[in-house]
Amino acid sequence: MSSTTLLRNGRIIDPANQRDEVGNVLIVDGRIADPATVTSRKNVEEIDCTGLIIAPGLIDLHVHLREPGQTAKETIATGTAAAAAGGFTSVICMPNTSPTIDHASVVNLVQDKAREEAAVNVFVAGAITKGLGGEELSPIGSMAKAGIVALTDDGRCVQNHELMRRALEYAKMFDLPVMDHCQDINLTGKGVMHEGYWSTLLGLQGWPSIGEEVIVQRNAQLAELTGTPVHCQHVSAEGSVHILRRARSRGIPITGEVCPHHIALTDEAVRGYNTDFKMNPPLRAQSDIDALLEGIADGTLSILASDHAPHCAFEKEVEFDHAPFGIIGLETELALFLKILVHEKKVVDLPKLISMYTLNPARLLKLDRGTLSAGAVADVTVINPGLEWTYDKTTTRSRSRNTPFHGWELKGRAVRTIVSGKTVWSA
Amino acid sequence: MNAWNRKDLVALEGLSAAEITHILDTAAAFKQVGTRNIKKVPSLRGKTLVNFFVEPSTRTRTSFELAAVRLSADVVNITATTSSLTKGETLKDTALNLQALHSDIIVLRHSSAGAAQFLAERLSASVINAGDGAHAHPTQALLDLFTIREQLGTIEGLHVAICGDILFSRVARSNIHGLLKLGAKVTLVGPSTLVPKVFERMGVTVTHKLDDILPDLDVLNMLRIQHERQRKEYFPSLGEYTAFFGLTKERAAKLKPSAIIMHPGPINRGVEIDSEVADSGRSVILDQVTNGLAVRMAVLYLCAGARGELK
Repeated sequence: MSSTTLLRNGRIIDPANQRDEVGNVLIVDGRIADPATVTSRKNVEEIDCTGLIIAPGLIDLHVHLREPGQTAKETIATGTAAAAAGGFTSVICMPNTSPTIDHASVVNLVQDKAREEAAVNVFVAGAITKGLGGEELSPIGSMAKAGIVALTDDGRCVQNHELMRRALEYAKMFDLPVMDHCQDINLTGKGVMHEGYWSTLLGLQGWPSIGEEVIVQRNAQLAELTGTPVHCQHVSAEGSVHILRRARSRGIPITGEVCPHHIALTDEAVRGYNTDFKMNPPLRAQSDIDALLEGIADGTLSILASDHAPHCAFEKEVEFDHAPFGIIGLETELALFLKILVHEKKVVDLPKLISMYTLNPARLLKLDRGTLSAGAVADVTVINPGLEWTYDKTTTRSRSRNTPFHGWELKGRAVRTIVSGKTVWSA
Repeated sequence: MNAWNRKDLVALEGLSAAEITHILDTAAAFKQVGTRNIKKVPSLRGKTLVNFFVEPSTRTRTSFELAAVRLSADVVNITATTSSLTKGETLKDTALNLQALHSDIIVLRHSSAGAAQFLAERLSASVINAGDGAHAHPTQALLDLFTIREQLGTIEGLHVAICGDILFSRVARSNIHGLLKLGAKVTLVGPSTLVPKVFERMGVTVTHKLDDILPDLDVLNMLRIQHERQRKEYFPSLGEYTAFFGLTKERAAKLKPSAIIMHPGPINRGVEIDSEVADSGRSVILDQVTNGLAVRMAVLYLCAGARGELK
């Protein structure tokens, strides 16, 4: 018995096909099909999308699902449920789990668990170095065979430039991009917030922008040397944007990602020592936000992501120095970016924002997703771009509630998330 | 309206000039008590004060203990090594336990900035900050303000310099807030690595040349300088520090005759301050210690009063 769904009369935005028009999207047996082939309305599930956007399923390439080993914070089931509620049909999970995803067997474990329990597609990123130790390469080849889509030591940053160079050269053999958490740990020391006026006032140790910028520069030069695509995660500092712009204009294969908190909040938010404002890299100054917005506008920063980083309440409710870095973000990121980038600052239009969540990450990771082309896997996100709503963290599907956006009035959200033709979440 | 309505003293930055002055005035009254034969008053009889020191300190803890005893409170001292914090209990849990034992006032010394505010937001007991990381040490600043006012009659219009490791100093930050609020002109001086220009956004002047400002000062507050492992990246040696920023006899001679010399202690004789200068007539270092007692009595008294607990 074949299943057929017709998404009717929506604004179809499919950047991969440069499409932006009102129309219908047909799904047959989990694949996108040509709507002209609908001959009978019998046995067709019709979904009215009038006034809504029909987009390729959104991809978040920076998510911590915490499984295996840290299931008090999050599980594959709860993390992907939050992803579905946020409009994401695919997430890329980070390898800083326990044990680390630095071996094909752990890759398989995550894939098996995801097959059984995940609400959305889970793609795995493998560690660059064993145990994220920054000293020896992980078995990259066997992880590639097991199906990882990228390498990263996220949360850590490979400090040894020689090792990073070899990692990039080796990754090239398997056509894997390398995603880097850019942080020079000597420059950032024990920093817990942006180094600037507020860290001075609050007496908290600073995490200076230069600690990110020197690694972004290093990555640009190593990407040029090796030809391996390097993706700079959660870019936060003005200088990093300038470096990426220069490098990209010279054709170096380097990309940058932006997380919503880095454009929604400044370091002043830390003034109450609330650890829901503690993340790595830290919230920075208004001049950094302005640079990030410029970088998004001119395409220097081409990918959006959450860096969804769940932590238990008891872990976060401690002295600011001692709290772990990170916030959850899957359910709020799309709304925050719509509100800030599209509605308020008008930095990008809807097609461009959607491409930063679909076409661009899919290209980087070589995923056969992020498009509504006929024959593609029917991952679809239906968005109401103007819907006003208030985020209530107590309703989150995530297992954790460490968010600074509780009570925020947002504009725009996904109203239906479809994975392989099946609705996994609807508002 | 009462002149003081706060259950806690976490930092000076949120206080008004009137509130700061009220503490200083209250401390002046308590200072009188210290000169009597019977030095004890019954204000906090039946109340329990916990000196909760998660970072070591002798003089501040002793000062708070003596202040509490003179107000007739019962005092318990807990230090990091004897507390459960070393057993993995969180600060929040330890504090809730202290509250469950009906502690009325918790005096907290902690190595993390924001720790006192963290407790104050979660406990109904009064929380007095006895130093949180590099953030604040309000009672030290208050006793410094008290001493300046006592010695020079006013604070408004004075030129006060604070010299040393400003970057990591909670004493400096609290002094800056208090001094600016009461109308002083503040200059910070020290090595460029330890006195970054960003401090000027607080409304002070930053300089790296102590000699240039000496003739203009009314007050010179010398901070203790340390050169442990962490600081070796910030300046090369104690000898070099002394050469540029030590208050030598020659430098002290360039001060106005009326200028006073302060130090929060403990002093490193011959490092940030010459031994004879520290003992000289213009040094008010020991007055600061005496005044600390009166200021802490005032703070405990006022915060307990704000909770409606005074007899």
